[in-house]
Amino acid sequence: MRNVDILIIGGGPAGLAAAISAYEAGCRDILILEREENLGGILKQCIHNGFGLHTFKEELTGPEYAQRYIDKVLEYGIPAQCDTMVINITPDKVVTAVSRGAGLEHFKAKSIILAMGCRERPRGSLGTPGWRCSGIYTAGTAQKFTNLKGLMPGKRVVILGSGDIGLIMARRMTFLGAKVLACVELMPYSAGLKRNIVQCLDDYGIPLLLSHTVVDIAGRERLEGVTVAEVDPKTLKPIPGTEQYFECDTLLLSVGLIPENELSTMAGVKISPATNGAEVNENLETSVEGIFSCGNVLHVHDLVDYVSEESAKAGANAYKYVQGQLSREEDTLEVENGFGVSGAVPQHISKDLNEPITIMFRPRGVFKDAQVCIDVGDVQVATKKSRILTPGEMVTLKFSPEYLRKNTNADKITVRVEAQQS
Amino acid sequence: MIKEITCIGCPMGCRITAELDGDKILSIEGFTCNIGKKYAQEELTVPTRMVTALMHICGTDQPLSVKTSKPIEKSKIFDCLKEISNHYVMRPVHIGEVVIKNVCGTSVDIVATRDVE
Repeated sequence: MRNVDILIIGGGPAGLAAAISAYEAGCRDILILEREENLGGILKQCIHNGFGLHTFKEELTGPEYAQRYIDKVLEYGIPAQCDTMVINITPDKVVTAVSRGAGLEHFKAKSIILAMGCRERPRGSLGTPGWRCSGIYTAGTAQKFTNLKGLMPGKRVVILGSGDIGLIMARRMTFLGAKVLACVELMPYSAGLKRNIVQCLDDYGIPLLLSHTVVDIAGRERLEGVTVAEVDPKTLKPIPGTEQYFECDTLLLSVGLIPENELSTMAGVKISPATNGAEVNENLETSVEGIFSCGNVLHVHDLVDYVSEESAKAGANAYKYVQGQLSREEDTLEVENGFGVSGAVPQHISKDLNEPITIMFRPRGVFKDAQVCIDVGDVQVATKKSRILTPGEMVTLKFSPEYLRKNTNADKITVRVEAQQS
Repeated sequence: MIKEITCIGCPMGCRITAELDGDKILSIEGFTCNIGKKYAQEELTVPTRMVTALMHICGTDQPLSVKTSKPIEKSKIFDCLKEISNHYVMRPVHIGEVVIKNVCGTSVDIVATRDVE
């Protein structure tokens, strides 16, 4: 069994940023375990630009953004073991991993940072009828084929779901010579960033069919076409008589991301049903002492810049914990999701909070001319106005320690939206 | 004529409303920073985009990811992609290296966004 101060699971943007910040805080015993052959995670295949505007004040592509962090990790000499898959974590922080090079290994960590990211929701979770023909991929799989392997998944494409990866792939497939017939979204609003809808669909005349879904898949060996129908925006059930058939050989799915928390669960970490990620306090520490969570495994972010920022905090706090300088308050206030709010992170805030923190959440619908409010107990302590709130764009709020002093008897904190739903 | 533009300068995605009389811009409203104002003016005159693409590398099936050194005119995107796909690049190649100079006769270069040894 090898001893290590901070063990980081995942060498994507979250793991890299956590490692760098732990090193910069003074930690000299860090180990990154990465399942793939190379560091960088999903950024390696995200060759489009738009990364790093917040962090570096310039627009980078995914591989360029990742390389800046990888270069830092190499410069600092932080050990990273790739091709290594973690298969178990115990609550007392013993980590089991397998790799071709070293076989089965055990590590005893003083602190663990969970940075495993997400996987895509697969076809099976949709319940769409049809044969299991080839030609149906998640958008991220297709992205890996085109951008890393130089392979083309198909020529006539329909995209189900309007998540960012789906939108980005609509443009990529168009660039590579395919015809993208439509992007079909179940909800009355898109799940992706507005700028991706403009740059990836509008620019190339690809229709975005809101309140529509795929109701049938034709083809036995290879996909031959899909039937798309309009849905009732309230019940989300298809409306008979609105079906249209698209002849296509490829269906890309961009229907959501699932944080990969199987390992977190093994470690006894409590998972929030709202985010499908760990429940954390303001230090990003989970329900298990000394285990931290950050990046997309904690909750799905819109921008990698926010992942890096959050993970840097987790890295610094993990080192504080290793040094015995991180106090863990059992006396915390729960953060409640009020009207229009889903998945607020962190879920717990210490009553002795002494520095400002950020609360992030996703709006539960589209709200215009809205106001986001924070209540401590029943006292409203802060508001933030916004011209528009949509589920596709995460909201960040500053939470200052003074808010807690405005109502010391409070038993919870509520984040809510005040607006008319449109 | 009223034209609605969604700013892509940052994730805010400000909705900008412009009033036009033919090619003449009468007013631009709804932007919340200078990036938005500039973007709207460009969109209404000569729209430009950053282009990212894939390029062949000699001796391997794996492609090289590349980008334009600065935004190019929207109307030239597909010519630019065609020129990129007609080129082969030799290894090694590093991030930031120019692989095509003055693509499509513009002052824009194509640069590598990945290291390949």
